[in-house]
Amino acid sequence: MVNAVEVDGLHVERGKKEVLHGISAQIPAGSVTGLLGPSGSGKTTLMRAIVGVQVVRSGRVTVLGEPAGSVSLRRKIGYVTQSPSVYPDLTVAENVGYFGNLYGCSRANAVETIRDVGLAEQAGQLVGSLSGGWHSRASLACALVSRPELLVLDEPTVGQDPVLRDELWSRFAQLAAEGTTLLVSSHVMDEANRCDRLILIREGAIVADDTPAAVKAAVGTDDLDEAFLRLVTAAEVA
Amino acid sequence: MSVRILVGTTGRILRQLRHDPRTIAMMLVVPVVLLTLIYFMYEADERVFDRIALIMLGIFPFIIMFLVTSIAMLRERTSGTLERLFTTPVAKADLLFGYGIAFGLVAAVQAAVASGVAFWLYDLDTAGGIGLVVLIAVTNALLGVALGLLFSAFARTEFQAVQFMPVVAIPQILLCGLFVPREQMAGWLEAISNVLPLSYAVEALGEVGANAEPTGTMWRDVAVVAGVVVIALGLGAATLRRRTP
Repeated sequence: MVNAVEVDGLHVERGKKEVLHGISAQIPAGSVTGLLGPSGSGKTTLMRAIVGVQVVRSGRVTVLGEPAGSVSLRRKIGYVTQSPSVYPDLTVAENVGYFGNLYGCSRANAVETIRDVGLAEQAGQLVGSLSGGWHSRASLACALVSRPELLVLDEPTVGQDPVLRDELWSRFAQLAAEGTTLLVSSHVMDEANRCDRLILIREGAIVADDTPAAVKAAVGTDDLDEAFLRLVTAAEVA
Repeated sequence: MSVRILVGTTGRILRQLRHDPRTIAMMLVVPVVLLTLIYFMYEADERVFDRIALIMLGIFPFIIMFLVTSIAMLRERTSGTLERLFTTPVAKADLLFGYGIAFGLVAAVQAAVASGVAFWLYDLDTAGGIGLVVLIAVTNALLGVALGLLFSAFARTEFQAVQFMPVVAIPQILLCGLFVPREQMAGWLEAISNVLPLSYAVEALGEVGANAEPTGTMWRDVAVVAGVVVIALGLGAATLRRRTP
């Protein structure tokens, strides 16, 4: 399988502290990869490095065959930051329309994307007046509108109700089936079961990188929560 | 840089403003209210009113656009929208010129309203035409936009951004020749005044006040202010980094 993202020996410092200690990982194209780890483990930093907005100290990040941050990649990737980065003083339709315009997408495309994330009824509302869950769905729509080849989503399901979370994960699987590569961070383990692959990181180092089944098998448990706890504890002891 | 993205960005900034009618009302009404104050303050002395009101028509857009732009840009930086935009095909120039054009258009409306009231309601008397006054006011507004974009890089919070207004604007207002003619200032003060762009804007307005036709000095002064706008935009572009630590 071709890799959409290859990370090799990535070291990143934020402030005076090294937050990623030589991470190497591959993300296969057309799959959903879950990036899991406790708060402060370096998930967001790794995602920022992949979308090319993070200053890195050393190491290589290759995205869709090109160095991360290349000009040509800007049309091919979609990034949703952890706190929804949309304009609260614009309506849902105006936000999605603006981000679509940056890629030359049509109005029809924006309307369809808004419907896909289930905000058709809220399209005319100011984003700032929406509830938290809708707010982050508006942010997601702004990334989906350009039909990117690689989608990097930083905790997109936080604050979403269970029904909506389920809908979103079905949508992620559908996008992957259509050839999109998704990297989704989360700290909800029942979501991890729905990923094709998992990357578990802790304190800036990878503790596991495999399919959910293999991660569970490796520590001899059926429960991903338990597996993650054991892996993290094992890493602490080691 | 692309025309489509520039037009889209300008439209997006104007749409944000449209959803904030209170800000629009304040932008249009506040200069008029202040002019009214000045009108009644100098009711007895028309010549003083002519001089001060003319200068104020240049100073208001500078202050207001500096404030509005520095806060708007700070929001882009702190809300994450700037980081996100930098993963898209947006060029720095699209953003900077988008802000310049959007707020420049708003400033043109603001200057037209304020100048219209000053000339026709309060009988402001200048040798030159109202068109030149509006031109200089819009150039000043662009100066405010460009400096606002630049100084937003040095503020982390909106509290800090607001504090840059007195730092950037008040010394220029004190030394621009409004209170003390610049040639009567101590040499070192005049030297400082000579490097502050607002001094040139005020001199240009004085030229419009005193001469029926646009003078060479006026065009030179407008060119100086426009030059500072270009330099500040260039420095502002340097503070926008796609990759951050």
